[in-house]
Amino acid sequence: MKTKTVKRRATVSKRQPAKLWQLRLYVMDSTAKSQTAFANLKRLCESHLKGIYRIKVIDLLKHPHLAKGAQILAIPTVVRKLPKPVRTILGNLSDTERVLVGLDLRPVN
Amino acid sequence: MKTNGHKPSPAAHLPKCPTGIQGLDEITDGGLPRGRPTLVCGGAGCGKTLLAAEFLVRGAVQFDEPGVFMAFEETEKELTANVASLGFDLAGLVRRKKISLDYVHIEPGEMQESGEYDLEGLFVRLNHAIDSIGAKRVVLDTLEALFAGLRNEAILRSELRRLFRWLKDKGVTAVITAERGREQLTRHGLEEYVSDCVILLDHRVNDQIATRHLRVVKYRGALHGTNEFPFLIGDEGISVLPITSLGLNHKISSERISTGIPRLDAMLGGRGFFRGSSILLTGTPGTGKTIVAANFAQAAALRGERTLFFSFEESPNQIIRNTLSIGLRLEPLVKRGLLRFHAARPSLYGLEMHLATMFKEIATFQPRVVIIDPITSLMDAGTASECRAMVTRLVDYLKAGQVTTLFTSLTQAGHALQQSEASMSSLMDSWLLLQDTEGNGERNRVLYVLKARGMAHSNQIREFLISDRGIDLVDAYIGASGVLTGSARAAQGALEKAAVLATQQEAARRKRELERKREAIERQISGLRSDHESETMELRRIDEQVGTSTLMLTTERTASGILRQADAKVTTNTRRDPRQGRKIS
Repeated sequence: MKTKTVKRRATVSKRQPAKLWQLRLYVMDSTAKSQTAFANLKRLCESHLKGIYRIKVIDLLKHPHLAKGAQILAIPTVVRKLPKPVRTILGNLSDTERVLVGLDLRPVN
Repeated sequence: MKTNGHKPSPAAHLPKCPTGIQGLDEITDGGLPRGRPTLVCGGAGCGKTLLAAEFLVRGAVQFDEPGVFMAFEETEKELTANVASLGFDLAGLVRRKKISLDYVHIEPGEMQESGEYDLEGLFVRLNHAIDSIGAKRVVLDTLEALFAGLRNEAILRSELRRLFRWLKDKGVTAVITAERGREQLTRHGLEEYVSDCVILLDHRVNDQIATRHLRVVKYRGALHGTNEFPFLIGDEGISVLPITSLGLNHKISSERISTGIPRLDAMLGGRGFFRGSSILLTGTPGTGKTIVAANFAQAAALRGERTLFFSFEESPNQIIRNTLSIGLRLEPLVKRGLLRFHAARPSLYGLEMHLATMFKEIATFQPRVVIIDPITSLMDAGTASECRAMVTRLVDYLKAGQVTTLFTSLTQAGHALQQSEASMSSLMDSWLLLQDTEGNGERNRVLYVLKARGMAHSNQIREFLISDRGIDLVDAYIGASGVLTGSARAAQGALEKAAVLATQQEAARRKRELERKREAIERQISGLRSDHESETMELRRIDEQVGTSTLMLTTERTASGILRQADAKVTTNTRRDPRQGRKIS
């Protein structure tokens, strides 16, 4: 079921401009930790990837079966689906420098 | 330690979750603590994953308890392939929703950490897997992989603590595997969190022979075997072989079975061995151990009893050919399915594996008589104490099934016979000794019964002859000059015969002599008698003559008296007297 979703996303991405970033944020419920993570991610994307990113928030409390396919271990987790390769960052993203390294994002010159 | 037989009330007992693993449930007296996590730790390649997998598979198949296998090291495919070699159909069980596999991929360095997190993702996955199939059992193999993937150890440790708590609350019986650490049980100190039951696996090499061991280090709230138990991974999974789990309480039969050698039966109180007893047959090379064993096997098979012959030296065909030369016909018995051979080189695999193979053969063939030829070959496959433990287990196992077992044992020439087998003989009920005696330029075989528990047996040494008609036991000559066998016995026999003959001849001669003497005396007697008779006749004649002359004299006197007219009365009296005298004579 999950593999299907991935494929669909992949085909969609081909139609998008090459530079589009697809990010997924896996959370459990809308706890304060999740909120922080989402806020941190959004802030980073706004400053580094304005207009070329999409964040999809997946609540594992509602879709627990998605955790297995996405190999989710920790909460919260950000997965960079595109551009390839897939990258994973754990935590509430409070350490900006690490997130930038993790997402392979060069600060805008 | 064991509470076999009289089990306490279940209320007083910790609820157990049977693993279904052969032997493990006996050591732990029923299984792992139900609803609690158990830590299985050990070094690389000692069978942790397999034990965990078997726990799950047996749970799903035998006890109808579905299980979740969360693997951190092997993918679903790898795992399925690995346990398939033990006959576990993991894929099928997954399809039937008996088992759920989940591979947690952790690639160190692939993940970046930024800020705080928890392992709720893992909990969600586990929870989802458990709920989707109604799992009662959970395996986490090897949880410590998390330590390689996650850098924040503080978070990890607190999350692990939470995980074990959560597992308990969930009420699942969990097995967590962990790598053995240098100074502690596990590399990352997981034993700190799992406090209910810890099982330690070990893989040691002794004298180039590797043996796996299992030990229950800790089992809170329950009695358990504390020893180290050898275990092995066979083609039907793990089997732990607890020596102590077998008691001395097997049933006993007073039925006797023939050895196949009539004279040997006679030596054993006339009726042979007890059914279900264990018999040791020791001997130096070439004393005919295999032949005695083959005789016993044939006799059993001819009675219609299934007989299993483990041969560690000769191939079955060789035994059949060789025993044919002494008149044993084993091949038809093999064809009829009454006799089965199992031949393997002792060095083929380790002792435990041999034992497991033998157990399996015995379990499938269900024999009434088992022959192990020779047990000493297996001794090379392990250390002395292991061998003794193995023989004990084998003896107990066979006795429990009332299987009569004959072990042959090769004694190296020059060793003290009794001493070298002392450790094993105490396990045996009967002990026959085959020996060579050398003398007169020949070697002769002798057999004697060294011990036979519970039966009157001959104390005599018998000479043991192998001819093309089979085995024969001959009374050895035992006399002042010791035990004589072979040609010496024959010579001694001839000597005795000659002596008897001489005595007989002497007696006959003396008899004849006496006869002659008696005849001579008889002749003398008859001579004397005829003398005696003629003298009597003579005497009578004399008497008559005297009587006649007296009468004539008297008559004359009477006549003259008449003539002289003398006193007549007196003369009549005198006339009567001589008549009387004649009568007397």
